[in-house]
Amino acid sequence: MTGRVLRSGLLAAALVLAVALPFTVSNFRMFQFTQVFIYAIAVLGLNILIGFNGQFSLGHSAFYAIGAYTAAIMIDRWSVPYGWTIPTAGVLCLVAGFLFGIPALRLEGLYLALATFALALSVPQILKYFENWTGGSQGIVLTKPGAPAGIPLNPDQWLYFLTLAILLVLFVLARNLLAGRTGRAIVAIRDNPIAAEAMGVNTALYKSLTFGVSAAYTGVAGALSAIVIAYVAPDAFDVFLSITFLVAVVVGGLASITGAIFGALFIQFVPNWAQDISKAAPWAIYGVLLIGFMYAVPRGIVGGLRLAAARWSRRREPAPATESSRG
Amino acid sequence: MAPLLEVRGLEAQYGWTKVLHGLTFSVEEGGITTILGANGAGKTTTLRAVCGMVRTRGEVTFDGRPIAGRATEDLVRLGIAHVPEGRGTFVNLTVEENLRLGAYARGGAGLGDDMARVFQYFPVLMERRRQTAGTLSGGEQQMLAVARGLMARPRLLLLDEPSLGLAPLVVREIFRIVRTINREQRVSVLLVEQNASLALRLASHAYLIETGRVVMSGPAAELRENETVRRAYLGY
Amino acid sequence: MDILLQQIVSGLATGGIYGSVALALVMIYEATDIVNFAQGQMAVVSTYIAWSLLNAGVPYWAAFVATLAVSFVGGLLLERIVIRPVEGAPVLTVVIVCIGLLVIFNSALGWVYSYIQKPFPSPFPDRPLRVGNVYFGAHDIGALAVTILVLIALYCFFQFTTLGLAMRAAAQNPTSSRLCGIRVGWMLAIGWGLASLIGAVAGMMVAPIVTLDPNMMAGILIYAFASATLGGFTSPGGAVLGGLIVGVIENLVGTYVHFIGTELKLTVALAMILIVLLVRPSGLFGRTAVHRV
Repeated sequence: MTGRVLRSGLLAAALVLAVALPFTVSNFRMFQFTQVFIYAIAVLGLNILIGFNGQFSLGHSAFYAIGAYTAAIMIDRWSVPYGWTIPTAGVLCLVAGFLFGIPALRLEGLYLALATFALALSVPQILKYFENWTGGSQGIVLTKPGAPAGIPLNPDQWLYFLTLAILLVLFVLARNLLAGRTGRAIVAIRDNPIAAEAMGVNTALYKSLTFGVSAAYTGVAGALSAIVIAYVAPDAFDVFLSITFLVAVVVGGLASITGAIFGALFIQFVPNWAQDISKAAPWAIYGVLLIGFMYAVPRGIVGGLRLAAARWSRRREPAPATESSRG
Repeated sequence: MAPLLEVRGLEAQYGWTKVLHGLTFSVEEGGITTILGANGAGKTTTLRAVCGMVRTRGEVTFDGRPIAGRATEDLVRLGIAHVPEGRGTFVNLTVEENLRLGAYARGGAGLGDDMARVFQYFPVLMERRRQTAGTLSGGEQQMLAVARGLMARPRLLLLDEPSLGLAPLVVREIFRIVRTINREQRVSVLLVEQNASLALRLASHAYLIETGRVVMSGPAAELRENETVRRAYLGY
Repeated sequence: MDILLQQIVSGLATGGIYGSVALALVMIYEATDIVNFAQGQMAVVSTYIAWSLLNAGVPYWAAFVATLAVSFVGGLLLERIVIRPVEGAPVLTVVIVCIGLLVIFNSALGWVYSYIQKPFPSPFPDRPLRVGNVYFGAHDIGALAVTILVLIALYCFFQFTTLGLAMRAAAQNPTSSRLCGIRVGWMLAIGWGLASLIGAVAGMMVAPIVTLDPNMMAGILIYAFASATLGGFTSPGGAVLGGLIVGVIENLVGTYVHFIGTELKLTVALAMILIVLLVRPSGLFGRTAVHRV
């Protein structure tokens, strides 16, 4: 009971902080947080797939790219208002993810990882190949949209709040999805696919759908990134981006919605710190920080927090019986 | 004569759940001792606790030496061979390789002689020695597991539910062989079993445990006559 | 016809290298369910060690053997020091630690040796070998021979020595292995050592072809990953064979299918593997996992 009150309090405090932030920090710092929110959406999408559904993907940079290029091409070629490009990117990635999820059904674990990995690898090459649409290696330059008339915000502040709003909506949606019947089916498939099937869960449909939803989140994030950065280029969407998302999922905490925020903060800011510590070999520092982090909280930040909370409440109450005994 | 294995106040837990609540029992040198109990009573955990495979508290002495808290890998070197629940067969290795692994801890000296000896007890393994263990029947795999344990030249053999999932005839055969081994090789045996009637016929001494505590103990013949044991565990 | 033969042999040479790295991946995967993303980067470190030794005037084969020894010990220590603290953690956590190792090695190598490409010598003569009317690159043949020798040695180690048997046992059933007195942790460490050694051979054999730089193995790791998947992640022999197949296909596609060119070569190779996977979801030679309900 106290735990829930505490959590609501923390959430409210975080929201207040997030709203106050653009008026207290530099434009650059605020831009970094916009980036964090975008990452968080993508990371949540990937976590729905890996953490909740137990399917593995190293290919989410591909969906991020599809989202980004959808937005860029629609704005640049067809002059579509940017607001429309975000849901379009989401829907397009939902379909793409769902379709990719169907053949992926036959693959498990590592084999699925390779299939998605191949997808991620081929995307930059394919983007360069269809030069007429994508601008080849040069990419597409966009103009940053300003705030709608009557809202006294500069473009960066406007995009910050827009991203924050989309993030909140998507997080609440994910929470409702995962807390309900559908969520139980998704998790049941992860924990025991055969039992889930036996209980009447249409495993194939749910797995493909989860893939679609996961891709849709990542696609929306990709579209937002194209709008916020006002530039897309093929090499920004390489396999390393997929791996970065995976790092964020694990660092934040598998199967945790709030974990996505922590993971996004990590991938946005830790490389910068590493840069500050050593200009010569920043990635070596990043690697050391990453490994040290995994030692400290092997189940991610939220996993660590949950463990600490369990220990704390255990000291006050008798222990719950968590595991059954064996004969 | 001091007992070969002596356990006092053994406690064990999985996570936060305590499974054993201060178990005390002993195994006589050269004897067969059995621990009986229903599903979930803590029989398997007892063996796992003796072998350092779960978090434990309490005193365990083997041959007068304290062994509580020793690493599982070391126990076989002291002379304790554990034939685990579910047989622990290396299913992708051949029968012969499984047996070689049994002798791993003592460096494999006299491997040929030992193998010849276990083949005497289990002729079927001799026939199948080049087959992968996974292709063996359940009974044959149980025989292989006991044989693997013997390859370590143990002084104490821990057997965890050797009857599990096997046909009655096969079980009787395996129990007969265990008795022969016990007599001929002077290997002491600690047997954990759900099949109380068979176990009580084989063993000289028996303990009955319920929810992690010893509720009754004594010579096997006595327990067999006991009214409660008969009703609850022997079913007549 | 002659060109075809030449291309096949050349494909086998690079395929052997993919296969070796794939084998290293499979060895660690079989024992721990972990895909070691740092495997390729470890091989690059080994190759730089060899480069430094050669630069200091050590004769080739002495440097070769010394590099193998250092790589073995290095891999072993890496497991004991870096991986062991996360032994009981979820598999993905260990994978992230491996990714951490990858970026550390890559960045450190760039710092110490710079990212400039360095030529790496081949121990084999420059003169091509002539068989009938067909010319084969001496390095191709030599690299293939070295790879095959290493694989045979490894096979014998696993098949005929007690330590090899214990390692196979530990990978398969850690609990039972402990009961047999096998120190499972050390078996894993030796596995890492051997994987690192195999990587070192692959690195030294591929460096003369692609020249040495800190990112040398990135592409090769991808092919190795594909090879292991193709052959089956549960089959060491399959991984090697998968590597050979991938090497040959890659070479033939690059030579004969001109519209694909080098740009999309990787995509095409991966697409072909995906098609194989859809027909055989556990690779060509892998075991299908059996699940308990």
